[in-house]
Amino acid sequence: MRNSFIDCLVQFNDQGGNAFLLVGDLGYSVVEEFCEKHPDKFINVGVAEQNMAGIAAGIASEGFHVFCYSIGNFNTFRCAEQIRNDIDYHGFAVCTVSVGGGVAYGNMGYSHHAIQDMALMRTMPNTTIYAPVDGNETVACFNSIVSSRNPSYLRLHKSGERLITNLNAIIEPGVPQYVAGNPASKRILVTSGFCGQGAFDYVQINSDFCHYTMPAWGLKHKDNMTAFLDQYDEIVVIEDHLLDGGFCSWILESQIGNVNILKIRSKAVLTKAIGLVGSEQYLHAASKLFDL
Amino acid sequence: MQHLRFLLYCTLNLVSHQASHKILASKVNCCAGVYSALNCQGYLDDKQIQTYASDGSPLMAHISHKVNHVEFSTGSLGHGLPFAVGKAILRKRRAIDGKVYRLLSDGELDEGSNWESFMFAGYHKLDNLTAIVDYNKLQSLSSTYNTLDLEPLEDKLTAFNWHVIRCNGHSIADLRATFAADSNSKPKLILCDTTKGHPITFMANKVDWHYKPPSKSQLEQIFAELHSFYK
Repeated sequence: MRNSFIDCLVQFNDQGGNAFLLVGDLGYSVVEEFCEKHPDKFINVGVAEQNMAGIAAGIASEGFHVFCYSIGNFNTFRCAEQIRNDIDYHGFAVCTVSVGGGVAYGNMGYSHHAIQDMALMRTMPNTTIYAPVDGNETVACFNSIVSSRNPSYLRLHKSGERLITNLNAIIEPGVPQYVAGNPASKRILVTSGFCGQGAFDYVQINSDFCHYTMPAWGLKHKDNMTAFLDQYDEIVVIEDHLLDGGFCSWILESQIGNVNILKIRSKAVLTKAIGLVGSEQYLHAASKLFDL
Repeated sequence: MQHLRFLLYCTLNLVSHQASHKILASKVNCCAGVYSALNCQGYLDDKQIQTYASDGSPLMAHISHKVNHVEFSTGSLGHGLPFAVGKAILRKRRAIDGKVYRLLSDGELDEGSNWESFMFAGYHKLDNLTAIVDYNKLQSLSSTYNTLDLEPLEDKLTAFNWHVIRCNGHSIADLRATFAADSNSKPKLILCDTTKGHPITFMANKVDWHYKPPSKSQLEQIFAELHSFYK
């Protein structure tokens, strides 16, 4: 996923794009190609995320599309006010790119677990959340991001993702993407981000479910959800994030006043998993993420 | 008043003659000075300026990018310098003419984000960037000395690889000279020694006037002292 993102960024600039990459002293074995090919559009700002977000706003104000790359919480929570005031409020074309979404950095501990990041970023009125499930969806997300000049948040996993979606898909914010399972089923799994891989596996052996991803969504993109969810009798939302403020909360908010709200079940990271040490799989299991 | 004079100086003498310059104010409470300067330049008309801070006005009581010719909103401290640094490094790399000027307060320097930016700008030798610190030695609750004590400020900033020039912030001649001075291929920091409330005798160097509006009789005294001072 990280490599798909960097490949997109390199190709975009190879073809005359105006992407500028800032990194917070992270990206070993990921960002080197971009740095070598486009050194005039790359800066390692050091371990200084507040400065990185402010600089990003300044560069974006000169017409560039800026990408701020770091690990989950560092380029979100550490500089939340800069994202809110400097980037989102001004509507600058800055994409905050976090790696290790969810508990991908399992044994690194709570500091590295991005399980509240969507709660923060989705309250930014002008920001669209992008959370791809695999490399192909990462490409689709990138294409969507650079097709506009809006602020965005790209939540990437770390590594080891299988390709489960089609290449060359075109995504729109707020529009779910069919991935697998019985398309005529009245039971649906909805995911956003890497944990969709587990949902994909689940529907391979439980054919009475279908699986959709939601790779792009946000505060301004709830309008399609009612018509979409009306089609289903049972809706299970799976996320590698806390329930509070996360993807399922966004769906629930979209259904306020609608009977669909009674059909929705949440599978999310549980608070009892906070502070546990172990692999991503271990931490997902601790939250019974795929015990449906 | 010092803010108004200073910003008028910047806006009238720099923006009007060299559009490539960028002037940004991070010292958020000086917005009245900024709006007044824009009014003097004809960017805000007299009717608009009268709506300041009233219902539905774009002129909020902090600097707002919703106002024509204002590029960046501030209000929370420590945001202005990183933004200016971003503009400066991009413009330096693209060999774009003009300088980026950023007005900072002294109390604002408590914010760590400024020091991240000082380090970055010094390392990258952003000689197209000038930061101006209104060093009136008063912040929100007390003096800078009794809060975190910024001193030795010149030494600290010099150690961060900035070219620091100290001047009398109330002297247009001093300001003119420091703006014109070479920065030895470094970002320039103009440390303006000022007195908050200058030149009003009952306001000078008092924290209270960060918060309190003057009464009608005090306002009359202010105008009288201003006329006397600038006659």
